[in-house]
Amino acid sequence: MEQAEAQEKIVTALTKKLKTKSKFYFNDLAKILELKPRVAKKYITQMVVDQALEYWSSGSTSMYGLPGTGKQAGAEHEE
Amino acid sequence: MAKHETPLLDQLESGPWPSFVSDLKQEAEKRAKNEKGVEFQIPVDVVDDLLGVLELSFKHKRTHWKHGGIVGVFGYGGGVIGRYCDQPEMFPGVAHFHTMRINHPSGKFYTAEYLRQLCDLWDFRGSGITNMHGSTGDIIFIGTTTPQLEEIFYELSHNMNQDLGGSGSNLRSPSDCIGTARCEYACYDTNALCYTLTQDYQDELHRPAFPYKFKFKFDGCPNCCVASIARSDLAFVGTWRDEIRIDAEAVNAYVGGEFPPNGGAHAGRDWGPFDIQKEVTDLCPTKCMKYEKGKLYINDRECTRCMHCINVMPRALRIGNDRGCSILAGAKAPILDGAQMGSLIVPFIKVEDPYDEIKDNVIEPIWDWWMEEGKNRERLGELMKRQGFQRMIEVLGVDAVPQMVQEPRSNPYIFWKEDEVEGGWERDIDEFRKHHKR
Ligand code: SF4
Ligand code: SF4
Repeated sequence: MEQAEAQEKIVTALTKKLKTKSKFYFNDLAKILELKPRVAKKYITQMVVDQALEYWSSGSTSMYGLPGTGKQAGAEHEE
Repeated sequence: MAKHETPLLDQLESGPWPSFVSDLKQEAEKRAKNEKGVEFQIPVDVVDDLLGVLELSFKHKRTHWKHGGIVGVFGYGGGVIGRYCDQPEMFPGVAHFHTMRINHPSGKFYTAEYLRQLCDLWDFRGSGITNMHGSTGDIIFIGTTTPQLEEIFYELSHNMNQDLGGSGSNLRSPSDCIGTARCEYACYDTNALCYTLTQDYQDELHRPAFPYKFKFKFDGCPNCCVASIARSDLAFVGTWRDEIRIDAEAVNAYVGGEFPPNGGAHAGRDWGPFDIQKEVTDLCPTKCMKYEKGKLYINDRECTRCMHCINVMPRALRIGNDRGCSILAGAKAPILDGAQMGSLIVPFIKVEDPYDEIKDNVIEPIWDWWMEEGKNRERLGELMKRQGFQRMIEVLGVDAVPQMVQEPRSNPYIFWKEDEVEGGWERDIDEFRKHHKR
């Protein structure tokens, strides 16, 4: 799979779910790509580098989201 | 004069123990005076406001922190934990109060110079409050603002040869005991293994793709000074497979009172003369020792390497020469199903640079299994419980050994697979009927 194709798949799937959910577990993303976790990781890491995805962390768990989405995004950017 | 009144916190200073409240007040005062002329990059009264918000939480019996967020340094999915105060007008100094985890050095060996550098950086760009160390082992920097994060990371990584640690669904900063660097009980070089795996698994440490956290801990011997057996998903505990080395003369020197037992650790009061039977042989958990006619015998086949006898008489008894480690998997703190200790998966493995056997045959197969089968937020120990220990050893491709069995025959439901049974499931029914009527 090309990086662009993977990104397209992720962005489409996540955008569709935005109404109910803005943060996703790594495994949710691997499932969208229909890839084994280790293979999926290469694409997902690249999407973070390309700023198509961003990390969210509670400290104990990490999740992924589209940049600038979710309740927290507003709260975190206010000064 | 304190910025906020803190009568409830002041109470905590009244007991006989050192108090973090006193420490915080001292730090608040130090920042206010600023005798060193530091150009503070975050509010000077950050510590006063921390005390203030804590007092308020005591009063309300509720937290005023919002925990978690997107903050971090570019490219890393861990090492920074976002934290915000939900009363920013009242406590502007802690409106942003992020935690940073700094990967502690192997064995936690520091030079004074390095500690000073860390503290100077943190006084300058953070609250000055640290936690040495967090439960994973990291140096914890408590409290800074978002714009400082990249600056601190740059300084750490470019000028101090230092990296951030793990947080979230990452490999957490691996942690080890002082090992062969200073301890004669060490059965392998914990510092070398810890350092190598930290370097080799940088991607796992910084870019989260696990179902949940994952911890490595390395203990040089079963004394478990970093409590690997209780606190890590994969615990590497040093051990040996030959005999405990006995210096018969030194044993008798202990018996004769020449050497203090336990390296003199119990010197605080008079416990009476040393009694080898009461204090050593009777306490051997496998009862594999005896002291007769001035001679100590150990049946090493039965010894479980508990370290007790060696700890009591370190000058007389030494770890064996054929050394390596045992690997245990699945320890964790409560949350689901209560706390769990590690289960033995590899009774003995040699620990030799470049550690390929450990990486290829143990760590990576376990990760592959857990990443594919683990549910979100499921620790390895929980997956092991859910799918069974049998599945675990299948993943590793090892045979069951007696040490893996906690107690014999308490579970009648052992399901054999066809390829594990000689002759498989096929049988000659005529042959069978010869001996068994319908
Ligand atoms: S775990 Fe064993 S080897 Fe490591 S420091 Fe403790 S006593 Fe020494
Ligand atoms: S190490 Fe423990 S089990 Fe082994 S001989 Fe000493 S006391 Fe007994």
